[in-house]
Amino acid sequence: MQDKKTIVLGVIGSDCHAVGNKILDHALTEAGFNVVNIGVMSPQEDFINAAIETNAQVIMVSSLYGHGEIDCRGMKDKCLEAGLDDVLLYVGGNIVVGKQEWKDVRYRFNLMGFDRIYPPGTSVERAVEDLRADLFKEHKAAV
Amino acid sequence: MDAFLFIDFGSTFTKLTLVDQENYKIIATEKSYTTVQSNVYEGYEKALSNIYKKTEMDFNITKKLACSSAAGGLKIIAIGLVPELTAESAKRAALGAGAKVIKTYSFQLNDSEMKEIKNSNANIVLLAGGTDGGNSKTIIHNARLIAKHNLKIPVVVGGNKSCIDDIKEIFGDDIDYYITQNVMPKLNTINIDPAREVIRKIFMDNITQVSGMEKVEKNISQVVMPTPAAVLKAAELLSEGTEKEKGLGDLIVVDIGGATTDVHSAAKGYPTKSSVVLKGLKEPFMKRTVEGDLGLRYSAKSLYEGSGGFLLDKYLEKTDYNLSKEINLRHNNVDIVPNNQRDRYFDEAVAKVCVDLSMERHSGKIESQYTPNGMMFYQEGKDLQNISYILGTGGVLVNSENPKDVLEVGLYKEENSMSLKPRNPKFLLDKEYILSAMGLLSMIDGDQALRILKEHIVEI
Repeated sequence: MQDKKTIVLGVIGSDCHAVGNKILDHALTEAGFNVVNIGVMSPQEDFINAAIETNAQVIMVSSLYGHGEIDCRGMKDKCLEAGLDDVLLYVGGNIVVGKQEWKDVRYRFNLMGFDRIYPPGTSVERAVEDLRADLFKEHKAAV
Repeated sequence: MDAFLFIDFGSTFTKLTLVDQENYKIIATEKSYTTVQSNVYEGYEKALSNIYKKTEMDFNITKKLACSSAAGGLKIIAIGLVPELTAESAKRAALGAGAKVIKTYSFQLNDSEMKEIKNSNANIVLLAGGTDGGNSKTIIHNARLIAKHNLKIPVVVGGNKSCIDDIKEIFGDDIDYYITQNVMPKLNTINIDPAREVIRKIFMDNITQVSGMEKVEKNISQVVMPTPAAVLKAAELLSEGTEKEKGLGDLIVVDIGGATTDVHSAAKGYPTKSSVVLKGLKEPFMKRTVEGDLGLRYSAKSLYEGSGGFLLDKYLEKTDYNLSKEINLRHNNVDIVPNNQRDRYFDEAVAKVCVDLSMERHSGKIESQYTPNGMMFYQEGKDLQNISYILGTGGVLVNSENPKDVLEVGLYKEENSMSLKPRNPKFLLDKEYILSAMGLLSMIDGDQALRILKEHIVEI
């Protein structure tokens, strides 16, 4: 059996929405991942430091209060600087202000270096499916 | 009469405490200059013979236990991965073991850093890095470097458990190493007790390195721990109590010395306000911080030249002192004892600076942040606002006419409302220097040690 894959999970910036964070923690753990939850109101550095110490494969950022785009800026660069070249960056929630064309939003976050970007209302199952595809080659081949 | 003898080999004084074994009463306390230069045994014998003279009693010493901070005490170098995480945890484990942390290193070390470690006067290296199952590259790299440089001092390994087998192989028979539990097994969860215990054992076995200690050790049942660890044990006992007797609850011990000011807090330090989010490492119930730049003698200069100069002016009020002369005098003559009002007053002002800054650094901080849900707060460190007692120890407080004045400067201040210092505690004084002795006695009988502490620690 392979070792469990580690995900650093948290809510970025000055955002204190704790409920979704707890649900994700529970669901991802249930799905067989080792979840390192750094909780709400977390700066970029906390995600990165946690990923270094725990040797995480994925950093999963939540943001619900609309400022996600500002809070996530420069995060990929900091990961590269910290030697986390291979760590995948996921982001989801209400990550931008107001209702915007999702295609554009996704593109902007792609440019910022995020690997998976989820709009409001995404199910946890979808993220779990993507995690499995990204982290286990065999799984990817099967789907 | 049967009695226990407790000895505290300090950098300046060797202090003896004699305790009646049947009634658990303190028979006598005595101190004499520590004689590290020649032979530690001399100072000890002198103090002992004084006790015999003083008491004029015949007693049979059944057990001797000692703690020591002579020759600079136990010196540790802490190595971790991320400065705020495993490196900080390693540092806290070393401080909790009563050590002086001479330097903390992070990330993968290089050759010159390892040379620096090799050439340092550290007694122990504490090697951490990675949570359990987490990063293994860094700690293995650092272990290889230690092996390559053939480090001669004991290495305590308290890092990622998944790397232990590799590290054992790397160290082989060349390195004197001790494996213990990870100081940070999970992110932000600190686990310092196992490492602390291993460090204490190594300290016991290696204490003979201090000149004269070998002879003392043969004569004394055991030098069981560094002095700060004994003080920490006494603070813990006084706060938590035993199964039979209740302790005093949350408390802080402030120990003002010549070279350092130590603050020990026995408190969980959870937020006292609502809408507070805790950040950073979880705090241990027993937390010790050591300020190497704050002290009355050896560190008087760093205090004056560094962060304390301005404060010293403030606390002196009287300005007819030649500050740099007074400071140099104390820095250059570490064993002078003030014998007039004027010198005592100056010492007390320096002590106030020590208390002010050490309490500020020990206490947690709060930061406010506006969020769409209103004002929220981040708390880092311990919230000590509701603590019940501050206990002072050290010569300057014992000899002071108003030790409460000195300790009071460590309280919460309106102008610095983000610092979570105590607001309304009662003040206690270790008038007879018994804290370390009672920390030692607690290893034999916790209930009696607690009783003696309650009897001899006075409210001021």
